[in-house]
This record gives sequence, C-alpha cells and structure tokens, in this order.
Amino acid sequence: MNHPQAAAAFLKDQARASWHDETLWYVRDKRDVASKRLPEWEDLRTLASDIKEHTLSQLDYYLEKFEEKALENGIRVHWAKDAEEHNQIVLQILQSKECKALVKSKSILTEECHLNPFLEKNGIAVVDSDLGERIVQFLNQPPSHIVLPAIHLKKKEIAELFHEKLGTEKGNEDPKYLTDAARIHLREKFLSAKVAITGVNFGIAETGEFVVCTNEGNADMGVHLAEVHIACMGIEKIIPRRKDLGVFLRLLARSATGQSITTYSSHFRSPRKGKEIHLILVDNGRTAQLSRSTYRSSLKCIRCGACMNTCPIYRRSGGFSYGSTVPGPIGSILSPGLDLKKYSTLPFASTLCGSCTDVCPVKINIHEQLYAWRQEITKAQGWSGKELSIKLAKGIFTSPLAYRVSGKILRAALKSLPNSLIYHPVNLWGKGRDLPQAPASTFSEWYQKNRS
Amino acid sequence: MNARSPHIGLFIPCYMDQFYPQVAQASLELLEKLGCQVSYPLGQTCCGQPLANAGYERDTLALTKHFVNLFKEVEYIVAPTGSCVLHVKSHFPEVMGLEAELEKTQAKIYELTEFLTDVLQLTSIKGKFPHKVGFHASCHGLRGLRLSSSSELQEPSFHKAKLLLDQLEGLEWVPLSRPDECCGFGGTFAVSEEALSVCMGKDRILDHERNGAEILTGVDMSCLMHLQGIGSRSGSKLRYLHLAEILNQALA
Amino acid sequence: MNSRESILQAIRKLPKEEKNLPELPEFGNNSDLLAEFCEAITRNAGEVLLSEEFKKWMNENPLEKVISLVAAYSSYSTQAIPEDPHALDSLDLAIVEAQFGVAENGAMWLDEASLSHRVLPFIAEHLVIVLRRTHLFPTLHQAYAQLQGTSTGFGVFVAGPSKTADIEQSLVIGAQGAKSLRVVLVD
Repeated sequence: MNHPQAAAAFLKDQARASWHDETLWYVRDKRDVASKRLPEWEDLRTLASDIKEHTLSQLDYYLEKFEEKALENGIRVHWAKDAEEHNQIVLQILQSKECKALVKSKSILTEECHLNPFLEKNGIAVVDSDLGERIVQFLNQPPSHIVLPAIHLKKKEIAELFHEKLGTEKGNEDPKYLTDAARIHLREKFLSAKVAITGVNFGIAETGEFVVCTNEGNADMGVHLAEVHIACMGIEKIIPRRKDLGVFLRLLARSATGQSITTYSSHFRSPRKGKEIHLILVDNGRTAQLSRSTYRSSLKCIRCGACMNTCPIYRRSGGFSYGSTVPGPIGSILSPGLDLKKYSTLPFASTLCGSCTDVCPVKINIHEQLYAWRQEITKAQGWSGKELSIKLAKGIFTSPLAYRVSGKILRAALKSLPNSLIYHPVNLWGKGRDLPQAPASTFSEWYQKNRS
Repeated sequence: MNARSPHIGLFIPCYMDQFYPQVAQASLELLEKLGCQVSYPLGQTCCGQPLANAGYERDTLALTKHFVNLFKEVEYIVAPTGSCVLHVKSHFPEVMGLEAELEKTQAKIYELTEFLTDVLQLTSIKGKFPHKVGFHASCHGLRGLRLSSSSELQEPSFHKAKLLLDQLEGLEWVPLSRPDECCGFGGTFAVSEEALSVCMGKDRILDHERNGAEILTGVDMSCLMHLQGIGSRSGSKLRYLHLAEILNQALA
Repeated sequence: MNSRESILQAIRKLPKEEKNLPELPEFGNNSDLLAEFCEAITRNAGEVLLSEEFKKWMNENPLEKVISLVAAYSSYSTQAIPEDPHALDSLDLAIVEAQFGVAENGAMWLDEASLSHRVLPFIAEHLVIVLRRTHLFPTLHQAYAQLQGTSTGFGVFVAGPSKTADIEQSLVIGAQGAKSLRVVLVD
C-alpha cells in the first residue's frame, strides 16, 4: 500500500473528499465543545496517561492479577500470542458449542486478527452488529475509521445497499428509515445467535471485570441473549483499579464523538447462571511494541479515534488510504511495528503538525513517534540522503529553486546533485503551485553589500 | 525594552535567503529599529530540517556542528521562522564533544515573534497597518514552540503574533473558521504527498478568503511560499506577507 | 512454553522502569446536580419526567406488553417475567430502577440484581428508569467511589436511548437497544 497514491485517488472526487473532511471536522468540533465543558480536562489527560504508563511498566503483574480475579469470577481466560492463535481459540470455542452463526460487536482487535474471513472459511457465519460495521460488512470492506466504520459512505450508497440486501424501498435515503430496517434485520440475528463476540474497552485488574462501551446497545443485545460470550482483548487494555474507569470513561466518549459518555457502559464480571464468558488476552505484536522504548507509549491508546478526526491528512485521504487495520496517526505509529516494509509510507503521511498529540486523551506523543519511525524506516530500507536528493530534485527543488537551493545549500549536506536530476522533467512542486520568483540577489549578497 | 541592547545573531532559513531576501531584510531592520545589535553571521547553511523530517536526522551532523559554531559568540539567536527554530531545539542530533555548546544554542534561539514578546516584551509598538489580516498559525511554531494556544488544549488563550499585530493602528485581525489547521506544506510532504498538500493549501486559502482577509501573514515563509504558490496558480487575490514585513513596514 | 508464559516472559525480561500509579484527586463541583443531570439526559435524547407526568403518559399511551420491576409502578405490568430472555423480544416497555445517577453525563447505574434479565433494558422497545432525585453524584469519580467493593456480575451505566450516527453522522435514536428513555424522578 502506498499512501500518496491512495490519497491522490481519494482526492480525485473533490466534492466527496471535501464532504469527508467537513464531516470529520464536525466530530472534532463536537469533541472540542465537550472537552471544554470540563475544567479538569488537562488533569484528566495527565492522569489517564500516568495510569497507563504505570500499568505498562508493570504489565506482567497486572495481567496475572487480572487473570486471577477473572478466574475467580468464573470467566474462562485464554492467552493468544498472535492473531492465528486467537482465531483458533475462537474457532475451538465455536466448534465445542456447535455454533454456525454468531453476532459480533465492534472489536478492532478482531479486525486486526482478520477473524471474520477466518471464521467464514471454517463455515461460520459472522454478523457484525454495529450498524456501521454491518454496512461495511455488506460491502466486503473493512471499517475506514475505528469509531465511525462507515464514515466514508454516503447515505445514497447505503440506501442502495440496503435496498439490495435488506429489501428497503428503492431511493429511500432517510437515515431513520434505514436504521430501522437494520434494527429489524439485526434483531433476528441477536435472537438466534448462540455465541456473541465483543471487544473490550477496559479490563480491570483489581476486580477481573471488563467494560464494553457502545451507543447502539448491540454488544449487550448479543451477549445477554447468547449462551457464550467471547471477549477479545489486547493485553494493553488493562487498567489497575475500578475507580480508574472514572478517568477513562470521562475522556473516551468526549474525545471520540463529543458525547459526555457512551449510551451504554457495560461492566462484565461474571457470566449469567449456566452461561459462559471466555476472555482471550491477545499479544499479536504488543509485547514487541512494549520493548521499543520510543514507541511503547503508543500502547496507551484507548481507541477513541480523535487523532483521526483531527488529522488534516486522514480527513482528506480517508481511512482506506492507510491500508492498515488502525488508520490515521495512531495507526501510523502502531503499524510499522507490525510490518515495517509494508507500512513504510505511513509515518510520512503527515506534516508533523502535532494536532494528534494535542488531541490525544492519553497524551501519546504521536507526531514525535512519526518522526522517530521516519528515521528508522529510511535506515531499515537502506535509503540514503542521496536518494532523498533525488526525490527533492523531482519535486520541490526543480527548476530555478532546485538550481539555487540544491546547488548552493543542500550541496553542503548532500554533496553534489547531478544536473540531470536537478532538471528532472517531473516538477511535482509546480503541478499545483507556482514557484516563487527568483529575486535579483540573495539576502547574503544584500547583507554583504549593505551591512558589512 | 531592556536598557542594554542584546547582541543578536540573525539566522535566516536557506530558502528565505535565496527567495525571500526582503523578509530577511525586514527582520534585520525591525530588530535594529527596536534597538537591538544585530549581526548576520556569514556562511549560514540549511539547518537540516528538511533532511531530518524526511528521516535523515543522522545526515545532519555536519550542519548541526556548523550551526553551533557559527552562532557561538552571540547572546541570542533570532530567526524569522518557527519550524527551523523547532528543529534546532528538538531535532539537532547529539554532537560528540559539543554537548554543552549545543545545549546553549538550543536555549538561546528564539523565533522572531517570541523574541519580541518574551525577551523584548514589546507592549506599545507605534505603527500603522490599516489592512484586514488573516494569520496562518504554522504548526511547528504553534504546537512545537507554543507561540499561541492550540484549539485542542484546554488552556488560557494566548497568541504571541496577535499580541504584536493588535498593537498596530488600523490592523483588522480576521478570525478564521479553523484557526490552527495545517496548510499542508510539511517540507518534503509538499512533494511526496503532492495531491494532499495542495488540497490542504487550497482549503486554508479559502478559509482566509471567506472570512475577508486581504493579507495572509505568518511566521513561517515556507508555509507562505506553499500557500502563495497555490493562490497565485488559482488567481486568488490574497496577498502574502511575513509578519516581520508587516511590523517593519508599520514601524517605518 | 505455552502462550501465557511466553507473553508474560516477554514482558518480564524488559528493563523495568517503575512509574507511579497516581492517586485520583477530588473532581466535581457543587453546582445544581439535578439541573445538570436533567440537562445531560436531554442532551442524550432522553426525557426527564416527574411521577405524575409519567403516569399521565402511561394513561395516554397504553402499551400492550409492559414489565415493571419497580414496586410503585407494578400495576403497569401486563405480564410476568419470562424464564427465557428471548421471550422479551416483543416487550414494549421495561420499567426498572437505577441505584444512582451521574449529573455530568446523565449516566444511571443499573445492577443486574434489579433487572431480572441482563438484556431487559436493551431489548425492550422503550425504557423507563426510575431514579431517586437525591441519588445523584456530580461525576463518574463519585459514582465509582460509590461502587467500590460491590461485586455484581453485571452492571451498566445507561445514559440515554440507543442511538447511532453511522449513516452520514445523522443522529438516529433507536438503533439496536431501547428506542426511547424516560427517567422518572421520585423522592
């Protein structure tokens, strides 16, 4: 996946790109209003960050404690070192229950593990029960945003899709009408599912319980009707104390959508009588990221999506342009840890403007980590400054600018540039921009004449 | 203003030296008008920012060494750019044997407006500039150097450039719909993500135009070069001036 | 080595850099909790009623299938609680009691002990939550302090009716859970 190409393709439809930008800016704006209602906002961010930093510094201790408590509560705990093992564990549970169809509420982790295609290959039908996720599932697409999975689609497209899949009236684009149709469709799935899968927003070491947040109520509709609840949880989702939820739940929804809290914040401690809760603790690259001191703090992420909504790149290139499960700024610092080569363009899909860092409710220094990944990627890819000079020559420093700047200044750093590169025909700078006019003399020349 | 005039070494970004000598000149004259003793150490090179942001910080060692040595003698380094100053402060690589000097360099370098508001503490500039001015808050100055409060944070509102411009008679500050959105320059981003970069620039220009700006100003000429390039291509009427030019003209 | 051990080992072998777990300060102001709570519920697309208003609404909107788990409104129940929660599917209205509410966001704590079935407040077409007007906390911090030490198998903060904005960010009330939420304030 190459971000610049994908972004350019997204921008071809200018009206749509601009709509996408405005829609997400509107969410960012709501987040501003909600956060500014709380005088203690910055204190909460600091607390959240410190709690997560602390937890990550003792993660082994808290995981064991969490497991111990969860077991006491009657939750069955599984450990998966990677996506494959996670998927196998899920499959085994399903097979032991002879389950052929399940409902699943939003879980970025199961996206990361590509659980759906795996289960489908094994003959199990998965129904994503979050409306946005159901929409993209119908289209065989992944979510384009971690909180707003179908944010890239227009209601006209959804109306056409629902007409085809759910038999809604042709041309009826009313969101209320379409949501209602999905409600009826999903209700039937909830009533018949033996197993329900959810993600986990927070796991509490002190009590062995876990919390799942939704607005639609789809997670609860699934698990409270099913015989088995499988909760998939990344190991970084642990927090030490129940009261820490006060900090995180105050930040999460306000950062995500500008709501003061999600409609439902469900706390699961033990299964219903005669039923089962399975909790799968998944590593899948997390301990590796934990070992990288520069990027460790990326594991503080609570998946609110605020960095996506604020990112001027994300808003104008769409989630798919990243080609990673988690798109946007946070995805661009997580993904290179999973596959440096595959995601090599992501840390460069940023102007390092820093808005992501300032908006982050757990104070991850995202833009600084983007900068750090750039240093590693150029090294790992064996790129050199010389190659940069080629890129520069193709673009910004072409023509007069190239002659002057490359010739006179960059030369010091990059040794010399061959003239054929300086005068490269592809002038990327000039494609949409005029070049500055070259003045009669440089400032250095003027200074020597007038001041020395 | 301090009774003693501080000795300033003026740092001019490479592209400014080459393409915007008038901005460099305005910065120099402005500081001189304000009673500073300013010198421009000759032999300045690029600070290394474009390389470092592109992932080649390790290749900027020589430039860093050169920079530190060049400005050894001055009390302050002042530069009419936020992003280069941020680079010096945050991304200069460690240089063996030059650690102490490097630290001093990082402590004494100021972006022009912060020098005017924080060191010189200008509160009563006498000058006129009867124009509607939109301010582009370049990101590195905004969120790196904290030249103004950022819209994401809950903090008391402050704005160093506005503090200065508000002192000018007749200047009308144009509020923007998105007061601190990035313009899309981003160094090599401008070419590596050309389509996005231009789109972001267009959106910024539109915001200024819609809100009635007649002049777009800022403290980073690189962002302005990018915006001006797009504006000029699309036939926009907006004019572009660096903040130093406005202040210098107003004080004339 | 099994995966549990290999994950824990991978973490243990990292250099330890102890970072303190912060204590949580007291947050929350002393403003008018009830007014703030009502405002929050309204913002969340719920509705706050007094008992009389609720009774009037019930009289004007006769519903076929109602379950009330609140003694004061038990006369509204039209059916017994089924054994199988799936049988709640066609339920028009559930009336349940919250232990307390949170002023800053309108969240109300429902404990499974007062729900008979965990799915009840989600599956009912409409939801009524009865709340004592004095049982309000300023923020979630005080709410969790209240919950400290309790060990219910399932508890949920409900802050409004089910909703979604997944279609072009248009807010639609009534996604998969209850289509409306009425909070009845009682003394």
